[in-house]
Amino acid sequence: MKETPLSNCERRFLLHAIEEKKRLDGRQTYDYRNIKITFGTDYGCCIVELGKTRVLGQVSCELVSPKLNRATEGILFFNLELSQMAAPAFEPGRQSDLLVKLNRLLERCLRNSKCIDTESLCVVAGEKVWQIRVDLHLLNHDGNIIDAASIAAIVALCHFRRPDVSVQGDEVTLYTPEERDPVPLSIHHMPICVSFAFFQQGTYLLVDPNEREERVMDGLLVIAMNKHREICTIQSSGGIMLLKDQVLRCSKIAGVKVLEITELIQKALENDQKVRKEGGKFGFAESIASQRITAFKMEKAPIDTSDVEEKAEEIIAEAEPPSEVVSKPVLWTPGTAQIGEGIENSWGDLEDSEKEEDDEGGSDEAIILDSIKMDTGEVSNVGSQDAPIVLSDSEEEEMIILEPDKNPKKIR
Amino acid sequence: MDVCYRKRKALGRLEIGRGAGSGSWELLSVAPGMAEVVAVSTESLAGGRARAARTVLGQVVLPGEELLLPEQEDAEGPGGAGERPLRLNAGVRSRVRVVCGPGLRRSGDRLLVTKCGRLRYKEPGGGGGSGGVYWVDSQQKRYVPVKGDHVIGIVTAKSGDIFKVDVGGSEPASLSYLAFEGATKRNRPNVQVGDLIYGQFVVANKDMEPEKVCIESCGRANGMGVIGQDGLLFKVTLGLIRKLLAPDCEILQEVGKLYPLEIVFGMNGRIWVKAKTIQQTLILANILEACEHMTSDQRKQIFSRLAES
Repeated sequence: MKETPLSNCERRFLLHAIEEKKRLDGRQTYDYRNIKITFGTDYGCCIVELGKTRVLGQVSCELVSPKLNRATEGILFFNLELSQMAAPAFEPGRQSDLLVKLNRLLERCLRNSKCIDTESLCVVAGEKVWQIRVDLHLLNHDGNIIDAASIAAIVALCHFRRPDVSVQGDEVTLYTPEERDPVPLSIHHMPICVSFAFFQQGTYLLVDPNEREERVMDGLLVIAMNKHREICTIQSSGGIMLLKDQVLRCSKIAGVKVLEITELIQKALENDQKVRKEGGKFGFAESIASQRITAFKMEKAPIDTSDVEEKAEEIIAEAEPPSEVVSKPVLWTPGTAQIGEGIENSWGDLEDSEKEEDDEGGSDEAIILDSIKMDTGEVSNVGSQDAPIVLSDSEEEEMIILEPDKNPKKIR
Repeated sequence: MDVCYRKRKALGRLEIGRGAGSGSWELLSVAPGMAEVVAVSTESLAGGRARAARTVLGQVVLPGEELLLPEQEDAEGPGGAGERPLRLNAGVRSRVRVVCGPGLRRSGDRLLVTKCGRLRYKEPGGGGGSGGVYWVDSQQKRYVPVKGDHVIGIVTAKSGDIFKVDVGGSEPASLSYLAFEGATKRNRPNVQVGDLIYGQFVVANKDMEPEKVCIESCGRANGMGVIGQDGLLFKVTLGLIRKLLAPDCEILQEVGKLYPLEIVFGMNGRIWVKAKTIQQTLILANILEACEHMTSDQRKQIFSRLAES
């Protein structure tokens, strides 16, 4: 199918909005959309959602004979496919330009940066090496495919476990996952692509362009960086002329963004690791459970509190004033007072009067505790009085009761 | 994708669909690396019985179900064997014409459901033997051209006497330049590639490319034609458009109280909106998109908050 054409109206509106520094979904210029990473039940399978753009990544491995000129290195193979469900414009034969561009960028980002140690993938030099294959599928296209794809690739690689192999002389033993735990790949660093879209002849830029913004942009700059601020690859397309300080500015922004994304990835990997260790449920089915229509989960419903004040005033106005009876505290000794009578000891009827006893007893005790607390708290005040203060946790010492000058006021 | 079916013993009611018949089937589709479980309960064709349409109104129906019309219920009856009492004046049966709306198809004497959604019914308006309309309220984003629908199209090409207009369907529709109000061979309308056009279909079936016009049958435009220059066009689901265009829609009234605005709804899921400033236009677009998933309380809250600021 042909892709939906962009009308003049939309183009004009988007460019005007960008001139006024407004984006369609209300983001700021340097804001990324929400990134969500979920893992499948197999090792090496993940789905990354960048806003509505979704990429599925799957890593698999196989023992093959190495390339002739690189006898001691493993083989890496990357493949990104634009599935037909991603956008109506993607057809099996149609999207060659975009596909080639994305695949090349991904390869440069991951292969040339040597983020994976290929020497560790060698089993028998010259005969058997591991071939790691990363397959990425675009499930939904809402802009910025390259960022989502690079995150999915690196997350899948970090999550993947290959079967353990041991070499003894000439014998090579390949252990199944049941015999020995599979082993993670050795990854030096995590390169992540950050895209910048340029408008107004290169003077204004936006991070993480939407699909609409991608259609009206002048040019695109992609910087692949890792968290150690090393640039792995950089590509500018669209034919705009960029100034030196613009590129430097973009690389600084990319550094910040990559740090945040790397933290998110680490957290997601740790969570998944924890869940698997504890034997909990993992996989895609678990992560989408709460979005099912039949799940027993209610979201917090926002309550309209705008007229609470009026209602409260009404209630107060109409309510009867509290009773005038105020019980006077009876002072037994300095520091000990009693309000109210309390009820008689009625051990016989435990059920009915249990609650009442607790309340009454509690209130008396609370008052006495309060008085002591207040005294220990306000040392400076009491220091002005003559009584000695003993602050200690020991229960053996005598409790010294101080002059209750201010106490009656504090007793509620 | 591996697809495997598992038969379960009748376990009572599931959320979707009514009580299981003699057996209920669960559909499990496992894609590589993905495990999404979709539970579909359908009456097994062998032992299930067709239900009366009247009893299923407002409930979710699934494709493949057969529904009985009211007059046929008597025939099926409690006996189940189809015993029909002999009538002396057999043959005089009031034939009631029931209209089959979208999502339903006629199969013999029954209605066959082709889309999943809620079954709806509308009483016949003017009294007499119309029989009413049955249809299924389903949700979809892809538009299929239907005759008489008013849609917003984008002009993609000008060739000779006609414009090619993309309406979101499988083919671009054709729009003749004479189909505008006051257009003659000498006086051509001012339409450029990339403009938005609001018009209706005069020809729309699955065998031919659809044809669009911007003129009523009496020759007047009645609001159709080229839509203005500014403003924002965005896409929503078809169900939301139908909801917004319902006669007593509160959302539109509340939106109208917020800001002065111009708005055009196309039945193909496209909405064009224009307000005084870009900020207001963006707010309106986001509200309308979000309206689909909000309850009326949440909506009122958001509107009151916007009205204050």
